[in-house]
Amino acid sequence: MSTQARNDYAQFRQTFFAESAEMLADMDDRLEVLKSGRLDREELDAVFRAVHSIKAGAGMFDYRRLVEFAHGFEALLDRLRDGRMAVNPAVAGLIIRAADILAELVAAAQAERSAPDDAGADVMTAINTLMAVESVSAATAPILPPVNCESRCVEIRFVPHADLLRKANEPLLVIRELSTLGRLTTACDASRVPMLERIDTQDCYLSWTFVLETEAAEEAIREVFEFVEDDAEISHEVRTPVASEDEGFGLWLETPVLEDVADAAREQTPASVVNVDYGAKRPAVQTSIRVELSRVDKLVDMVGELVISQAMLRQELASHNLPVVDGLESLDALTRELQDCVMAIRMQPVRSVFARMPRLVRDVAARLDKQVRLIMVGEQTELDKTVIEELSDPLTHMIRNSVDHGIESPAVRCAAGKSAEGTITLNASQVGSNILIQIEDDGAGIDRARLVAKAIEKGIVPPGTVLGDDEALDLIFAPGFSTAQTVSDVSGRGVGMDVVRRNIQKIGGRIQVNSVAGHGTRFTLIIPLTLAVLDGMLISVGSERYILPLTSIVESFRPASGQIRELSGGGRIVSVRGDYVPLLGLGRVFGVADAVHDPVLGLVVLVETATGGRLGLVVDGLIGQQQVVIKSLQANFTAVPGISGGTILGDGRVALILDIEQLASLKETAA
Amino acid sequence: MSKRVLAVDDSKTMRDMVSFTLRNAGFEVFEAEDGVKALAVVKTQPVDVILTDINMPNMDGVTLVRELRAQPQFRSTPILILTTEGGEDKKAAGRAAGATGWIVKPFAPDKLVAVVNKVCP
Amino acid sequence: MSEFQRTYEDTLGMIGRGADQNGVRQFISFRVGTEDYAIDILAVREIKGWTRTTVLPNQPDYVRGVLNLRGAIVPVFDLRSRFGQGPTEATAKHVVVIVAVGDRLVGLLVDQVSDILSVADDNIGAVPETSIRGDHRYLAGIITQGDTMVVLLALDTLFDTLTLPGDQPAHETAA
Repeated sequence: MSTQARNDYAQFRQTFFAESAEMLADMDDRLEVLKSGRLDREELDAVFRAVHSIKAGAGMFDYRRLVEFAHGFEALLDRLRDGRMAVNPAVAGLIIRAADILAELVAAAQAERSAPDDAGADVMTAINTLMAVESVSAATAPILPPVNCESRCVEIRFVPHADLLRKANEPLLVIRELSTLGRLTTACDASRVPMLERIDTQDCYLSWTFVLETEAAEEAIREVFEFVEDDAEISHEVRTPVASEDEGFGLWLETPVLEDVADAAREQTPASVVNVDYGAKRPAVQTSIRVELSRVDKLVDMVGELVISQAMLRQELASHNLPVVDGLESLDALTRELQDCVMAIRMQPVRSVFARMPRLVRDVAARLDKQVRLIMVGEQTELDKTVIEELSDPLTHMIRNSVDHGIESPAVRCAAGKSAEGTITLNASQVGSNILIQIEDDGAGIDRARLVAKAIEKGIVPPGTVLGDDEALDLIFAPGFSTAQTVSDVSGRGVGMDVVRRNIQKIGGRIQVNSVAGHGTRFTLIIPLTLAVLDGMLISVGSERYILPLTSIVESFRPASGQIRELSGGGRIVSVRGDYVPLLGLGRVFGVADAVHDPVLGLVVLVETATGGRLGLVVDGLIGQQQVVIKSLQANFTAVPGISGGTILGDGRVALILDIEQLASLKETAA
Repeated sequence: MSKRVLAVDDSKTMRDMVSFTLRNAGFEVFEAEDGVKALAVVKTQPVDVILTDINMPNMDGVTLVRELRAQPQFRSTPILILTTEGGEDKKAAGRAAGATGWIVKPFAPDKLVAVVNKVCP
Repeated sequence: MSEFQRTYEDTLGMIGRGADQNGVRQFISFRVGTEDYAIDILAVREIKGWTRTTVLPNQPDYVRGVLNLRGAIVPVFDLRSRFGQGPTEATAKHVVVIVAVGDRLVGLLVDQVSDILSVADDNIGAVPETSIRGDHRYLAGIITQGDTMVVLLALDTLFDTLTLPGDQPAHETAA
């Protein structure tokens, strides 16, 4: 490669080393299992890809030692992949050593120093020896001749049957005759030649690929094969001339692609072509189909209808005092199962969003000269597909923020007695009917005093404002707020936490922030599993009924009057085994006139919020447990405080689903 | 309007370099990090040329070429595979799957631009 | 035409939807209190007898809650209340007209459906300026039928001015 080219690409060197470091670390993890003596397909493929990528990248920067070594290593892995060699303790040991050498050579290249001349030489020798021993029978893969025709080219595959020679046919004669028609390039495929002891001298094991540059008619070419056509597979293809440039690239055919090639591509790859099929593990895409989201939605709706119709049927039977008909039970079960299956279609693991984060952290950290480790937990947590898509931007922004504003530079960290490497933890988990996503860093924390000062400076709050800790922290969600002392090219893009919060609110979620100066910051996203089935408790509040998510219910009880205490500020609390829990009369909050207000006459349902806070809801009574289909009110409404959605009950009426998180922030209307 | 190229490679380094080179040459470049993502991209973005690496997780380049060629709208889209030196077997597999041509890594920027220009419809 | 009146084109624009080739449109008229109103028949999806709705907490009086329309949750608005004549004492004789507004479905609580009117464009009068001030912009025109006057409602505008639930903060009091 020219010096000029190398200079052009020098800017990507950092990316290359960062990516290599990640791949080497990943390789280490995967090779860990190798120490136990086995290496499965997936691990092997991943290690192979890593070595291959390092080789390719190294080539671009002209790190010759690295390319050479990676090439040898890759060849070894390739043999293991296609089964020409098996993993045994000797091979395993060699792979582990080779991985170490590879890391060493990468480090040497990065430090712009040359590795010791003999670095890896012994490993290389061992690899070569091993491959030579293990692959006596493994002939080299067929190499297709280059097609650099100036005139019309015909490519011919000639695969004789094993008994071709017995029928007194001689391939050599065929080839000779062919060569009289024009300029002939020949490639022989010897891959079918067996071990010496198994060779039958009467059998033909060889096959050929010819490229014939000729003006001869197809008929003339066919004539050459006339005598062997019953004893061999013969195919030919005319290639329009495409002049290949000098080495480094080439074209096989002129675009557009010929129809027959496209057809051929769909069929089984010809036997002569090295099988690059990934074996037992088929790519995921082949076991899945793409379906319009609207069709899934329609299905979800219809199953919801089915569930409701069925509940109505059951209720109807009961109201006529009819016994439950045989089969209704199994219909129940089937409907429930069908519903679960349909709901599962829309659910996807958050992995798809999380997967982008390691690279993001690496890139941003590299740009800022920071050392950051990203730990991801709960990637398999499932969320509705549309919600996942909406999460991507806010998460990206917050992770970027954590690296940029949260984690300090290594020097600052060391001075503070922390490890030079900062840690960001990205954690997803399901808590009741919510998904909790936490982004936690062990960085400097948010300086509340500076936040307030900045807010005053920007006119967001009036001068002299004194804010509580939480209120001060909330300032980061104020529109147009940025605390970075200099606008960096990383986070300072005018997108603030206000936009993040809006995005999260759009999917019905909420965002909270905790921060301890010097120790770090934690953002918590609480996102509802919209469009899901909810196990609910139907409760009565006066003449109204509501659905309470079952998972948030801790217990329900009728308190004695001694357990209740009125606070001077207007609220009420109930004592539960020594804990004091605030009470919220749903009748008061929702303005239901005929509701019970005194918990002693009604019932207290103790609920827990996603973040662990507790709240006692005063209700008239519990009606029963019920699985309901959540219907969003969003299409018709903006949010109704305290209500997360609606559902349709067995009698066809709408019941509203309570939002515990929001209820916790509501206060009772004075009586 | 500038021609649109989809660069498929699991290595960010490689994607960056391909994008950089082709963008400098006036192409509009889209990126995908494996075959599955590439198929997703071409569903939403019309592309004039596709450049793909062979060894990738989830779906390798050869399968990608085969998948694309199986769809009528990509029958004639030029697809170039990126191989490393000595990757003759990979080249053969790519060819059998219906790829249009190949480029060897490491490549020189001008070569890359030249070959993409050559196949550009 | 006086500048104090809406132009004819404005009126047609507010009613939306096309007339047939003779310039005749069809409307459904209904009674709210002592007044007759009409809406474009093409917007009407269904007419239901009143059934008890599920009350949405902390909403303006004219929001009568939500009902289940074959699996969709549809809000119901009390037009009498909206027009400042107090809440409707809804009985089984009252009617909910389900209309499509954009891609939303909305129920309108009215006293009774009166008639289907076929009206030529020429017979739709403009609304006098005095009544299009303030929030009366949802009045799209006036149809005179014999000795009665029917007010044409422009649904899009009506629902611009009808505050949808949740637009205002919940009823909370500081502790």
